[in-house]
Amino acid sequence: MPVLARWIEAAGIPTVIVTMMPAVAEERRAPRIVGVEFPFGHPFGMPHDWGMQRRALELALRVLAGAVSFGTRVDLDVEWPVPLREAYRSWQPKEPSPIVRKMLESRRQ
Amino acid sequence: MVVDSFKFLPRSFRPLYEGRGPFHGEEAPVWARFEKRLAESRIALLTSAGIYLKRTQPSFDLEREQTHPDWGDPTWRAIPASTQAPDIGVAHLHINDADLLADPEIALPKRLLDRLASEGERLIGGAVAEHVSVMGYQERTLRDWQSKTAPEVVAHLRGQGADGLILAPV
Repeated sequence: MPVLARWIEAAGIPTVIVTMMPAVAEERRAPRIVGVEFPFGHPFGMPHDWGMQRRALELALRVLAGAVSFGTRVDLDVEWPVPLREAYRSWQPKEPSPIVRKMLESRRQ
Repeated sequence: MVVDSFKFLPRSFRPLYEGRGPFHGEEAPVWARFEKRLAESRIALLTSAGIYLKRTQPSFDLEREQTHPDWGDPTWRAIPASTQAPDIGVAHLHINDADLLADPEIALPKRLLDRLASEGERLIGGAVAEHVSVMGYQERTLRDWQSKTAPEVVAHLRGQGADGLILAPV
């Protein structure tokens, strides 16, 4: 996804990426980055929590329009309100994805 | 607060993401200046949640991914800003989609964006009529994304008059 942002930016459209893995977006050289410490699947926060979603979206807009240099990263200062163990478990699919299943099978062999 | 990028990632997955450096050929800075005032700008959203319109669009191809685990559907869908949650499907095998189906705004906050364009202080000038959805799990070379999807998405965004894009991987 950071690479897709780069290609769109290179075509002349400014981009910002809102991501749970901002360190990876930095490594992949995304132009503007907003980091969120949220479980996967939830870049703008909790379902039906408009206040949290709004904080993430407004930060993204301000970084999009206000960053003055390549690689700008700003992290959202919001803590996920669910205990880590529960949040870690609940974002994951009920069945392993095909690539994870393949990796697990190759380890067993 | 500095975000821990690996807080929710299984430990064994971390080497797949960390320390791999830039994508080949994508080391140099790219930069498009945001020229206008935000309050006069039209904003677009792009999600990688595999969101599609259940009644009128095909799902992303999960059957092929099941038989070819290194492959992910590289196509994209235009998602009208007026789409309601019950009309949305989610095709993504790498996350639990329950929260996304309950409230797609957590990945594609199009109603909230419209609200920021219409309420009191008008933070933005407007939102595009049709946002963009892709399925984020892709084969490693990203060949189809680069040759086909990215140019098509750029053309779509230009057609929509987008002044800036917020991408949100899931």
